[in-house]
Amino acid sequence: MQPVIELNELSVRFGARTILHDLTVGLYGRVIGLLGPNGAGKSTLIQTLLGFCPPANGAAKVFGHDIRSELASIRATVGYMPENDAFIANMSAVSFVRMMGELSGLPGDAALERAHEVLFFVGLGEARYRQLGTYSVGMKQMVKLAQAIVHGPRLLILDEPTNGLDPAARQRMLRLIHEMRDSGGMHLLLCSHLLRDVEETCEEVLILKAGRIVHYADLESERRANKRFVEIQTSGNDPGFEKALAGLGCECAALGAGRFRMVLPKDFELREIYRVAAERDLPLRRVNYRRDTLEDIFLKAMGS
Amino acid sequence: MAVYKHTYKAWTGRPTPAWSRFLILARYGYARLFHSRFLLLFFALCLFYPFVCLAYIYLSHNTTLLATLLIPASLLPAVDGRFFYSYSIVQGAFAYLLTALVGPALVSPDLANGALPLFFSRPFSRAEYAAGKLSLLLALLSLITWVPGLLLFAIQSSVAGWDWAKSNLWLAGAIFFGLGVWVVVLALIGLALSAWVKWRVAASALVLGVFFAGAGFGAAINSVMRTNYGTLIDLEQMVRIIWSELFRYDSGAEISVSTAWIVLGLTCGVCVWLLARRIRPFEIVK
Repeated sequence: MQPVIELNELSVRFGARTILHDLTVGLYGRVIGLLGPNGAGKSTLIQTLLGFCPPANGAAKVFGHDIRSELASIRATVGYMPENDAFIANMSAVSFVRMMGELSGLPGDAALERAHEVLFFVGLGEARYRQLGTYSVGMKQMVKLAQAIVHGPRLLILDEPTNGLDPAARQRMLRLIHEMRDSGGMHLLLCSHLLRDVEETCEEVLILKAGRIVHYADLESERRANKRFVEIQTSGNDPGFEKALAGLGCECAALGAGRFRMVLPKDFELREIYRVAAERDLPLRRVNYRRDTLEDIFLKAMGS
Repeated sequence: MAVYKHTYKAWTGRPTPAWSRFLILARYGYARLFHSRFLLLFFALCLFYPFVCLAYIYLSHNTTLLATLLIPASLLPAVDGRFFYSYSIVQGAFAYLLTALVGPALVSPDLANGALPLFFSRPFSRAEYAAGKLSLLLALLSLITWVPGLLLFAIQSSVAGWDWAKSNLWLAGAIFFGLGVWVVVLALIGLALSAWVKWRVAASALVLGVFFAGAGFGAAINSVMRTNYGTLIDLEQMVRIIWSELFRYDSGAEISVSTAWIVLGLTCGVCVWLLARRIRPFEIVK
């Protein structure tokens, strides 16, 4: 299977300062999260993939196209929504998006049709003839998204897409990301500080710190694997409960005060726990899948 | 996908050829420029003098009309190198004013709100971007300089006869080459200053300042230092020296033609360097 993004000892320097150090990873997910504190090199990595910053060493490929020699092919398949303001104030949204579509290779008529469509898709249908300079922050974010998808890219790069959005607009942006992901034809690279946004949308996460990869997590696999770890809290303290659970084939550890942590065997039905508790007349207060949240993963990575 | 469905679907059509995409910028640029009535009126005004020249050519060859107006044909100056030299000075000045009006609106709006990364994240290079913006100015300035100049030459040739055209063919080359050089210099200066100053009004002032300040400082240097090297920073003088050579008209300038060519070449080089420094998808903040 061809990776969406493949980095091979990629280094990027600005003058004497090295921004990215020997990054090596292959990313295959439909939605890939890029996390890291300020100055970690997330935006530089995106800009390098787009050919804005030349790599000092190593190689990077997008859909198998090398960023040094096949930049035009990469740019033809990528849509980019930058973090900062990016618009032409005295153009209407429909003209702006149409022009961007034409620059991506769409014929004039098709670009106009697509501009209308994507502006309706992002929720700016009624405001599409207004000048961009009059738009609110949230609307400008949506226009940036519209221009990034007007040509139907295979990879959409979103740099902080929920920046400056109110909760309702943020939800709408996340819904659009879900819809685009589910449309099947598009991969997304999502760079965000908001762990919740990444956790809600991404399948793979790459965490950068000071220009180095400190953690790579396949969230989908972890989500599946973590379903085997369960935490239970009972109302009373029944020492026999631990043995009864072990009798079901679970690895079980009592944590005290009615709390147990268990590793479930394969094909284990969760209702068995409720049955054993009922037999022992032991009320269950809490049954949770124990899994590392993205925040746990991120904090661990930052501490490493 | 239909508008009412509001769902995402990728576009799967055949893309346009990459070589022609720089013209998209020129097309949108014209649409924006001619949205302004003032600019439209000014553009029409720029074509007034060529019509005056046309009327003069017609009059100078219409003996019946001259006789009716009681104007002796010998009193009218000939349509020659000096005629087209004067034409170049007038139209060159209009081209300069048009550059000050149009040039700053080219790159500064894209820079002001960080739109450049959107252009360069597409299969569209910096060179294509510059070519697109430059082609707008080149075409616009050509329409008021060498294009009507060559039309006047063609009309004069048709009324004066084949012998006149044959013996004055060099004039066509001088019109095209002399005004073409001025158009290129103006377009590059307009574009470079537009790329360096985000505020459009300031960019316009800077375009005007480059020429007025150049002429003023040049004159001041000449009078204080008792030299003529101050003229080197007066670009208008430089191009007049080149025109006087091309139109075989002695303007009495003390700077050599080769020096004038070098100054204009250096100016173009500096403008290209400024554009290469400024037209980038992102800025490195030191």
